[in-house]
Amino acid sequence: MQTKRMTFSSRWLPYALLAPQVIITLIFFIWPSYQALLQSVYRQGDAFGIRPPTFIWFQNFQALFADSLYLNSLKVTFIFSVGTTFLSMSVALLFAVMVNRMIRSRDGYTTLLVWPYAVAPAIAGVLWWFIFNPTLGILPYMLDMLGYDWNHRRSGNDAMIMIIIASAWKQISYNFLFFLAGLQSVPHSLIEAAAIDGASRFKRFWTIVFPLLSPITFFLMVVNIVYAMFDTFGVIHATTEGGPAQATNILVYKVYRDGFVNLNIGSSAAQSVILMSIVIILTVIQFRYIERRVNY
Amino acid sequence: MVENNRWGNLFAHLVLILGVTIVVFPVYVALIASTHPPGTFVRGVMPLWPGTHGWENYTTVITEGRSRAGTPPIGGMLWNSFVMAMAITIGKLSISILSAFAIVYFKFPFRIFFFWVIFLTLMLPVEVRIVPTFQVVANLGMLNSFAGLSIPLIASATATFLFRQFFMTVPEELMEAARVDGAGPMKFFKDILLPLSITNIAALFVIMFIYGWNQYLWPLLITTDPEYYTIVMGIQRMVTGGDSEPLWHLVMATVVLAALPPVLVILFMQRLFVKGLTETEK
Repeated sequence: MQTKRMTFSSRWLPYALLAPQVIITLIFFIWPSYQALLQSVYRQGDAFGIRPPTFIWFQNFQALFADSLYLNSLKVTFIFSVGTTFLSMSVALLFAVMVNRMIRSRDGYTTLLVWPYAVAPAIAGVLWWFIFNPTLGILPYMLDMLGYDWNHRRSGNDAMIMIIIASAWKQISYNFLFFLAGLQSVPHSLIEAAAIDGASRFKRFWTIVFPLLSPITFFLMVVNIVYAMFDTFGVIHATTEGGPAQATNILVYKVYRDGFVNLNIGSSAAQSVILMSIVIILTVIQFRYIERRVNY
Repeated sequence: MVENNRWGNLFAHLVLILGVTIVVFPVYVALIASTHPPGTFVRGVMPLWPGTHGWENYTTVITEGRSRAGTPPIGGMLWNSFVMAMAITIGKLSISILSAFAIVYFKFPFRIFFFWVIFLTLMLPVEVRIVPTFQVVANLGMLNSFAGLSIPLIASATATFLFRQFFMTVPEELMEAARVDGAGPMKFFKDILLPLSITNIAALFVIMFIYGWNQYLWPLLITTDPEYYTIVMGIQRMVTGGDSEPLWHLVMATVVLAALPPVLVILFMQRLFVKGLTETEK
């Protein structure tokens, strides 16, 4: 990694400059992660110190993967992340394509579409929770006229749909901005050439524009999966609390429940370690992609 | 050469108007609900036109809160959120710009090692190490304090990378000139680098402020004293605190107040926001 050709020389100054960042990282990031690793291979001692913590190798992990609740949570997380990513990316792409056609109204639409980024996930959750409220909400009222009895307190499917919509809603702005930037960098000459050859608008989009967008699409996919897996804690916690019957108990929420409410430290730590490996894999993928794009 | 299709444009406008309506709808509903008296919500489907109790509801949440359910007035929570968001933003910006300066403008042993230590923070978000981080903060006696709310969140790999990238594009001549004139590193930093970075700092400020304001899990873990509740987590207390159906008119007034500051930041600083968002991810 480069520095400037010419650098300042000081024996202590660079360390002093780095110190605040590095100290905070060590205390609040590295040390707790190390603790999580440690706790994940121990059985906790009891509160009275009669039984000391014992080293149990990977039993916490084995227990997790034998636990139907955990397997269920994996499945729920998978459905939730895929659903959220797909919904918010496809809607955002549609909006971006439409806005990209506009000339005078482009900025106006953009302004109207970007602000949900600022709404906290927990607030997004509460908003949609209200709209979907079985007795008060406007959507269940409309669904009832269509003959569907909406109740996210009883039906796991309804609850899942609700949290997917709430989480995707907030993420549309982000995807929209990136897709719009991507669309604007598609060379106009390519589209004109295809138009001269008689390709329809629809065909031009799927054979020229969309393939050119694929790097951005891939990047957004990773970012959205990370968002759905880790940043949506607020959506779940403020609304369904993992229910009904575990139907929306995503991994991050389960770590919190098991650690703080059920006080099962060993299992919570093992779950943390699994989550850390997932984040590390996703971050590596994301960075490899960025490197590749830079080297184009 | 591309045809300009009148019907196609009309269709695009229709799609976008419908889209914007759907995107705005939840907030419209919240605004409407926050202007109605409590009785409205007992009678069935929520209203779609404004009611008459707006002023009353907002003054109630700001000054009284819901004392029975143990949620303090919103005024204090708004202030806490503001302090936390500002502390996180300023903290992140200052420690990141300093470390980027060290990494780009100095050669010293373990430079790459420190770079990787900072990089690791990207891979270890709070959400994945909830319990041990809580234990560390508890052991340091930082529960229920602004220090506890902000300091553990101010390490930032993305801000450091962004500043590093920007510093690499600053012409070498500037530093050579500064050295010829006898300026030391800190003087160079203060008088040349900092003024050059203003746009980047502003763009990051917008992103970080929104990040800080919207923190949820962290304040939830480390505040047990209502004195330190922030507004985003306070809403959850209002929704679940109490056995009965939530007092929707008050909850929605709170929701509006909680979402307003970051939304205003985006609307008024859209250009900086877009710059910050697209650059932190590159």
